Amino acid sequence: MTRQERIAKLKQIAKERILILDGSWGVMFQREGLTEEDFRAERFKDHPGQLKGNNDILCLTRPDLVQKLHEAYFAAGADISETNTFSATWIAQEDYKCEAAVWDINYQGALLARAAADKFNAAEPEKPRFVAGSIGPLNKMLSMSSDVNDPGARLVTFDQVYDAYREQVKALHEGGVDLFLIETITDTLNCKAAIKAILDLEDEGLERLPIWISGTITDRSGRTLSGQTAEAFWNSVKHAKPFAVGFNCALGADLMRPHIAEMARVADTLVAAYPNAGLPNAMGQYDEEPHETACHLHEWAESGLVNILGGCCGTTPDHIRHVAESVKGKAPRVPPERPKAMRLAGLEPFELA
Amino acid sequence: MRPVFVNVGERTNVTGSAKFRKLVVDGDYTAALAVARQQVEAGAQVIDVNMDEGLLDSKQAMITFLNLMAAEPDIAKVPVMIDSSKWEVIEAGLKCVQGKAIVNSISMKEGEDTFRHHARLCLRYGAAVVVMAFDEVGQADTAARKIEICTRAYNILVDEVGFPPEDIIFDPNIFAVATGIEEHDNYAVDFIEATRAIKQQLPYARVSGGVSNVSFSFRGNEPVRRAIHSVFLYHAINAGMDMGIVNAGDLPVYDDIEPELREAVEDVILNRKPKAGGSQTERLVDLAPKYKGDGTVAKVADQAWRAGTVRERLTHALVNGITEFIDADTEEARLAAERPLHVIEGPLMDGMNVVGDLFGAGKMFLPQVVKSARVMKQAVAWLMPFMEAEKEGQPHKSAGKILMATVKGDVHDIGKNIVGVVLQCNNYEVIDLGVMVPADRILDEAKAHNVDIIGLSGLITPSLDEMVFVGAEMERRGFDIPLLIGGATTSKTHTAVKIEPAYRRGSTTYVLDASRAVGVVSGLLSEDRPKHEAETRAEYIRVREQFARGQEAKNRTPIAKARANAYPIDWAAQPPVKPSFLGVRAVEGDLADLARHIDWTPFFASWELVGRYPAILADDVVGEAATDLFRDAQAMLEKIVSEKWFTAKGVVGFWPAQAVGDDIAVFAGEDRTTELARFHTLRQQMDKSAGKANLALSDFVAPSGDWIGAFAVTAGHGELEIAARFKAAGDDYNAILSAALADRLAEAFAESLHRQVRTELWGYAPDEPFDIDQLIAEKYQGIRPAPGYPAQPDHTEKATLFKLLDAENHTGMALTESFAMSPPASVSGLYFAHPQAHYFGVGKIDRDQVEDYAARKGWEIATAERWLAPILAYDPLAVGRNEAA
Repeated sequence: MTRQERIAKLKQIAKERILILDGSWGVMFQREGLTEEDFRAERFKDHPGQLKGNNDILCLTRPDLVQKLHEAYFAAGADISETNTFSATWIAQEDYKCEAAVWDINYQGALLARAAADKFNAAEPEKPRFVAGSIGPLNKMLSMSSDVNDPGARLVTFDQVYDAYREQVKALHEGGVDLFLIETITDTLNCKAAIKAILDLEDEGLERLPIWISGTITDRSGRTLSGQTAEAFWNSVKHAKPFAVGFNCALGADLMRPHIAEMARVADTLVAAYPNAGLPNAMGQYDEEPHETACHLHEWAESGLVNILGGCCGTTPDHIRHVAESVKGKAPRVPPERPKAMRLAGLEPFELA
Repeated sequence: MRPVFVNVGERTNVTGSAKFRKLVVDGDYTAALAVARQQVEAGAQVIDVNMDEGLLDSKQAMITFLNLMAAEPDIAKVPVMIDSSKWEVIEAGLKCVQGKAIVNSISMKEGEDTFRHHARLCLRYGAAVVVMAFDEVGQADTAARKIEICTRAYNILVDEVGFPPEDIIFDPNIFAVATGIEEHDNYAVDFIEATRAIKQQLPYARVSGGVSNVSFSFRGNEPVRRAIHSVFLYHAINAGMDMGIVNAGDLPVYDDIEPELREAVEDVILNRKPKAGGSQTERLVDLAPKYKGDGTVAKVADQAWRAGTVRERLTHALVNGITEFIDADTEEARLAAERPLHVIEGPLMDGMNVVGDLFGAGKMFLPQVVKSARVMKQAVAWLMPFMEAEKEGQPHKSAGKILMATVKGDVHDIGKNIVGVVLQCNNYEVIDLGVMVPADRILDEAKAHNVDIIGLSGLITPSLDEMVFVGAEMERRGFDIPLLIGGATTSKTHTAVKIEPAYRRGSTTYVLDASRAVGVVSGLLSEDRPKHEAETRAEYIRVREQFARGQEAKNRTPIAKARANAYPIDWAAQPPVKPSFLGVRAVEGDLADLARHIDWTPFFASWELVGRYPAILADDVVGEAATDLFRDAQAMLEKIVSEKWFTAKGVVGFWPAQAVGDDIAVFAGEDRTTELARFHTLRQQMDKSAGKANLALSDFVAPSGDWIGAFAVTAGHGELEIAARFKAAGDDYNAILSAALADRLAEAFAESLHRQVRTELWGYAPDEPFDIDQLIAEKYQGIRPAPGYPAQPDHTEKATLFKLLDAENHTGMALTESFAMSPPASVSGLYFAHPQAHYFGVGKIDRDQVEDYAARKGWEIATAERWLAPILAYDPLAVGRNEAA
């Protein structure tokens, strides 16, 4: 299948059933008990400073492990697996002084996920697997001050963020991803820079891929870290005409539900959700069992709230297996037709009907 | 929210506001932000930001201002209109807003290609656009040109660029009328006609405009300009105009405009010949000076109310809590009144009635009402000398006299003060005796002042008994006036079961919170008093019966059995950790640091604003009240810190300890031979399902040898003086605010000390992550229960705690006879370190445990029953009667 054929297939499946995304990567890497040497390998053996913790670099230093995890998630029933490139931008990699490796991480990360998906597609052509290029948030935000004494201070500019995402998008595209997943969005303005990077590249001739936008409601206030409500967030990113929109991370399924329900009400596109395995306990670990996660998400599917489900922090292939099984045969949400109206946003939505 | 007409705030536009221009040019962005905030508060649904000024680096000013605005949730909540005639300024602005903004504006002035390019970029950044009716030839003036240009632009945008039609707003140019040039006379009509055509012919598109242009020829005469704006909008909106850049809240209502003026303005706007003949422009020009009034100087939006009658101004000041003009307005009212008293009984009370009605209808909230009271007090203070001078003057007649007091042994009075203020707002005279008032003084003063009602307040559980005592004394001394009961630990059940039976001669009523106070008091002082009292009596009989049934129904576990089901801890698996030092240490709190670690949610609760901080600030119902309160609190907090209003002192100690049954023995040294003190704990006696323990705090201390900690902190030194100073100035609002903040600082002190204990002083959790939300959510190892709270409801244990810590010497804190801590903003408690230690409630206990506890404490059983009264699962009087029988 060509990439465009796969994309057509993805869109067709989305009309028939609920798609399943993979689960967490962090917890799976942790279980491997990796050492500094795993992160360095030959290529970075003389790299200054610590690399342990820079999970994205494993695309280059432990490709075997990264491909194994993609395969574990596909085997568990995931339709889509994300590249291990969450922090692979020059801005985020500055912390590890790995800016120079950004292109390679994204490109190799895409190749690894592609290889795993192709392997499954060859064996099970009736159930195609897809690769989403993970475009994570940055450690530097465009809407929030970097200095408590100066609310106007910013550590990066829009143009820098745009530039960082542009490089990542190009490399992921070249590595063969089927769609872009802008995820764990804490600051909508950062996300808007990523959207602009993708759309500008398309204008310049890059083959068009679906965009999936996933924000993060950080706590019970029901707002993103940069302060927007679910509807305001949707109004602010709708111009990307995304394939899917939704939320992931920060909250477990129970606390995420009202925000997904709100998104399901306002978004006239597919709705996707991949919550954490509950909230972390006092030790920073996630206790929610696979069947508990599945039980929540099963109810979402029953209630017609979602089109794509998966897991974020603390979820494992076992969680994904339970989720996939529990929503098997459930009808996907039908996006609502909304009357045309001018819908603007500050931190809150504004509609002129 | 689906408004019919969208107000776009224009005051953050340097071309429209001289004040804003000056602020930005001077670099005073703090004040510039305040302008933006005022606009949103005044109702602007979108705010227009324009920095096109020759003296400015417009691009940088746009970036700076939008970035600063992003940090202000009360401003950033609304969408921004990025307004500039320079594309580079617009694009810089688009790179600063996370929401969906409106670009104002793009046009075909430089040709279709540039127009397309800008439109595509707006789409890419995710913005709606204002399109000016402007093309290569120039600005459209006639209706036909306007329609032609807008139609061409619409087709390019929708068909070629793929712009969503619902995100297009046309600005068909509002030009000045009544300029004396005949060709201009039809400009308003041209706009209105073009608006009508655009709305009919270009689906989903919107129409906007800069309204103030239309009245340009009358600059200097604000009342006439406002009338022109109002009339113009009336017609334009009817034709379909959706939004406009206007000074929100500054326009007269169309119907309220003087008919003579309105007709003249209408002739100008609609280009009609006046009935009286001549030109419509000349007629309005002739008429204008008559309406010039005082309103010529452009005033900030929210001062339009100053134009009202004195009565209206007084009401506005009261409702909005504004003291700025109250002396002058009160004086004006006094000069117009026959007697100064009439000002109180007339306009001021009328205004307070409006406040009372709004509060009753849930449209105003406590902090706002308390501010209203401050305005009222200031007005009354202004009138006092005149009333005193008026020798024959009779005293102001109030609706009733209410005596209020916090009972003996208790020092808490925030709630009581709020109730007092609310009652005063409703024209009741309140005699407040303060805190720690013994029963005989309450009753002596009640007699001396001949009061109509007595209200008692208390926060700690021993106060419940004291209230019963006051009730019994009222009975003995022959009172028959109503008694009101309120405060954190009081309840309808306690009132019905314990207090009401003690005071048969009069009536006793429980008041849930300040918002109920007025209803209860007015009922009890009305002609319907017998009816209200009978209803309450009947209700309390039911409450008592229900309570009695509940008593019988619940099974309790005998204390021996409960002890056998104590909480099991595997001490070998997680052995106790030795603290870093033994004995006591005095600690000082840094107010600035404590201020940053305040848990705000309970602060709002103390003002009866329910909701979690910070979400409460954006709450649909109480958000505005909460935001105002929060702002005042922050401002005061700054002063508390910088002017050192309070001092924070504390003491912390650790000792070797071990559990001995339900007690905890505390030793002087590691040899554990000299017992310094013994803490007594109480055990749950409710029936537990399998696997659940009957807890006591002693379960968390290893019987084989462990350690225990204790602390006492206060942030209240100075709080009483500060509150008294505000009160003396008639400012109850700030008096209550300062006390509430002192409370919060003490809690923050206790929290921050606990963290230091966990990570350092005891040091059992050295690697604990620092996260204020987690701290507030209490997700950490170890607990710090306080005597008098659910895990150990016996307040008398505080005496042991204070002695061990030598708290009086180290902190200047003291205990009252009811074991309330003074100053009021104080916290104390024990530290338990074990990871399995957790908070719980003892619940009701049975007589077997009370007997056992009395023996351990060396008390008579009656003494134990008195201190443990709130948690007894039985009626000690009934037991006594049964035994006697």
